[in-house]
Amino acid sequence: MSDAHEPALRLKGIVKTFPGVRALDGVDFDVMPGEVHALLGENGAGKSTLMKVLAGMYQPNEGQIIIAGQPVQMTNPIEAKAQGVVLIHQELSLVPEMSAAENIYLGELPRKSFGRVDWKTLEDRSNTILKRLKCRFRAEATVAHLSIANQQMVEIARALTVDARVVVFDEPTASLTDAEKVVLFDIINDLKSQGVGIVYISHRMDEIFTLSDRITVLRDGTYRGTLTTAETNEDEVTRLMIGRSLDLSRNEAAPNFGDTMLDVRNLTCTGLFEDVSFTVRAGEIVGFYGLVGAGRTEIAEALFGLRTPTAGEVWVDGAKVEITSPRDAIALGVSLVPENRKEQGLVLQMNCRDNMTLPQVQDLTAGPFVAKGAELAIFDQYREKLAIKTPSWRQATAVLSGGNQQKIVIGKWLSMKPRVLIVDEPTRGIDVGSKSEIHQLLRELAAQGYAVIVISSEMPEVLRVSDRIVAMYHGRVMREFDISEVTEDKLVQAISGIKSEEPA
Amino acid sequence: MLLTRLKAGGPAIAKQGILVAFIVFMIAFSLMSDRFLSADNIMSVFRQSAIIGVMAIGVTIVVIGGNLDLSVGSMLSFATVLVVDLHDKIGPELAIPVMIMATLCLGAINGFLIGILRLNSLIVTLGMLSAIQGLVLIYSGGQNVDIADQSGTWFAIFGRGAIFGVATPIIIFLGLALIFHVIMTTMPFGRRVHAVGGNPTASVFSGIPRSRVVFMTYLISALCVAIAAIILGSRVMGSQNNVGQGYELQVLAAVILGGTSLLGGSGSILRTVLGVLMLAFIQNGLILMGQPYYTQWLVTWAVIIVAVWLDVAAKRGRLFSPIA
Repeated sequence: MSDAHEPALRLKGIVKTFPGVRALDGVDFDVMPGEVHALLGENGAGKSTLMKVLAGMYQPNEGQIIIAGQPVQMTNPIEAKAQGVVLIHQELSLVPEMSAAENIYLGELPRKSFGRVDWKTLEDRSNTILKRLKCRFRAEATVAHLSIANQQMVEIARALTVDARVVVFDEPTASLTDAEKVVLFDIINDLKSQGVGIVYISHRMDEIFTLSDRITVLRDGTYRGTLTTAETNEDEVTRLMIGRSLDLSRNEAAPNFGDTMLDVRNLTCTGLFEDVSFTVRAGEIVGFYGLVGAGRTEIAEALFGLRTPTAGEVWVDGAKVEITSPRDAIALGVSLVPENRKEQGLVLQMNCRDNMTLPQVQDLTAGPFVAKGAELAIFDQYREKLAIKTPSWRQATAVLSGGNQQKIVIGKWLSMKPRVLIVDEPTRGIDVGSKSEIHQLLRELAAQGYAVIVISSEMPEVLRVSDRIVAMYHGRVMREFDISEVTEDKLVQAISGIKSEEPA
Repeated sequence: MLLTRLKAGGPAIAKQGILVAFIVFMIAFSLMSDRFLSADNIMSVFRQSAIIGVMAIGVTIVVIGGNLDLSVGSMLSFATVLVVDLHDKIGPELAIPVMIMATLCLGAINGFLIGILRLNSLIVTLGMLSAIQGLVLIYSGGQNVDIADQSGTWFAIFGRGAIFGVATPIIIFLGLALIFHVIMTTMPFGRRVHAVGGNPTASVFSGIPRSRVVFMTYLISALCVAIAAIILGSRVMGSQNNVGQGYELQVLAAVILGGTSLLGGSGSILRTVLGVLMLAFIQNGLILMGQPYYTQWLVTWAVIIVAVWLDVAAKRGRLFSPIA
């Protein structure tokens, strides 16, 4: 085999498990020198995990990493970088108070005698790299004063301090303007022509089809196939990403809706979401689907009084309301099961019962004391109803499994007898079995007449639980679908910002 | 060996560590000094610990709520000087409520800055520590104050009196500890303080008025300081300008010894009482052994470091850890 056909990097049969989750299940991936290889998959498909394995941040349980024909083991990012594998993070990981040059060479500043930093060499080398990237700022500039795009350039410059064999871009355009994207693509093409292998992770189809030579798709931690970009189209890629089996698990409950419980009119929170209107009826589940950062969580937070909208109206059960604090929301019967249960949902060192009764503890009293009996009654009721598995109410919630923790949070809000229940990413980080239990539970709640909003980044989940789906992109509602008319393709297009021909 | 036992014992050891250490110290000191375990000595240790103890109750609540209060030392100076000075001017029946109100105002300033404006409690109360000391000096003009008729006033009951043969300071200390223990363990307010200290974000997401809860903890802390000042002023019948200097560290030491987590969310007032008594007995034991007072500082420091270390080690299940 000639050198030209030797992949710059090759992953063979990578398996990575976390307690209770098989995040990667035998994934194969390779990238040739001078190739842009796109990696695609839904949120949670395992892209980030795969890249962390590649960058030495995770150790795979099984499988091999082969660089230029040699199997290697990488136990930390510095070793990976020494092997010529550099990861450019989705979130910027720069020290804002330091200069661009210091950031570029962070951890490996050139030294003079007695360990003094060789500032001149540092700045000369950094400026050389920045020039190669066609940046118009100097390496001496403080990072905090640079634009986000230029900060991204610093991050990329970091990758070029070594002779990179493989550069991984993880959602690099997330915070860039269109003009800045053009510059980034130039750089990628430049690197490509120098024989560097590029791994490009993105959700945006248009970018992938502009840039990439090949596309590999992951789903649920498994390898779904590799396509040659020139010979495929968006449809085929989408199908591979979503899979066919999902059609079977779609919500088919007979609609039995009551009055409109929540009516949101032109709600705007400048910079987060704009002109959002939708309604939720009793007995109905409305799914909010979109990419991370599309503004869905922010809408939920505004409805729960955690953010102040700049314009628009909210009507609950036929009355116009002002919600300025979570207490207002609770009093109006609006409950929020937040996105991050460990940080927002639970007081982890507190026991199960106390967590569940927390929003109403002030009212559960006998004289000045908390009424233990009433509290236990609530806990027992929802433990049974939601099948929460815990040895006792005394158990600290920190030690429960993710699914049971989530049920405690759901129980906490159900016990408040809400009219509108908002559930944000209800199954994030939860194993497959508990996932379907929670989906079942959400359907049951709707059947009991709750008006439910489910925010999710997972397409199977929205399809499974929703009666209607609101697709969001960049803080705006792109389209609203009835479950009977929605297709995966249309959904993916809507959340990718592609305008469909049909009227919304 | 210790490491594996810590792992095996887990939280149980962490919970009982202070009690075990307390008993070990008591036995050790009683072997070294005959007088140590005498009824007289024990009563006098209890009585002397009452002022630190009452203040430690309030600070425990602040710390469970996820904050610190380092201003209690100079707040004690302020309250004591005020109540003693006003005693002769407007009489004890007015001096006491006026002093309590004034001290609560200081607590409200802490509560406003930390609870409502969400400033860092370490910085705010450290600032208040010196600001209040300055306030005391302005008020007193640098003069120490005292009560003229020391034997003729009913004010003496708080520091020098006894009820059924038990010194009043002890009754106030233990009674207050019991009341606040009940509040913290059985009433909604206690639950809310634990929640806010344990996870402020989740508390807000549960509709708990976090700012108001934190504000209240500082009011309680100030109230405890005011009560401690009544005991102190009544016992001494006078006050120096800086009488409370250094108390904040003793109080914090007792709270930490009692196992209250500085991260907030967990702690117990009854265990703080144990911490207070343990510190007091260690200091008393050292005095009985003829050690100079500065030895106490070193020993107290060592005891606190070991207590904190064991506490942290028990939580992470190992004695040393490169991360977290």
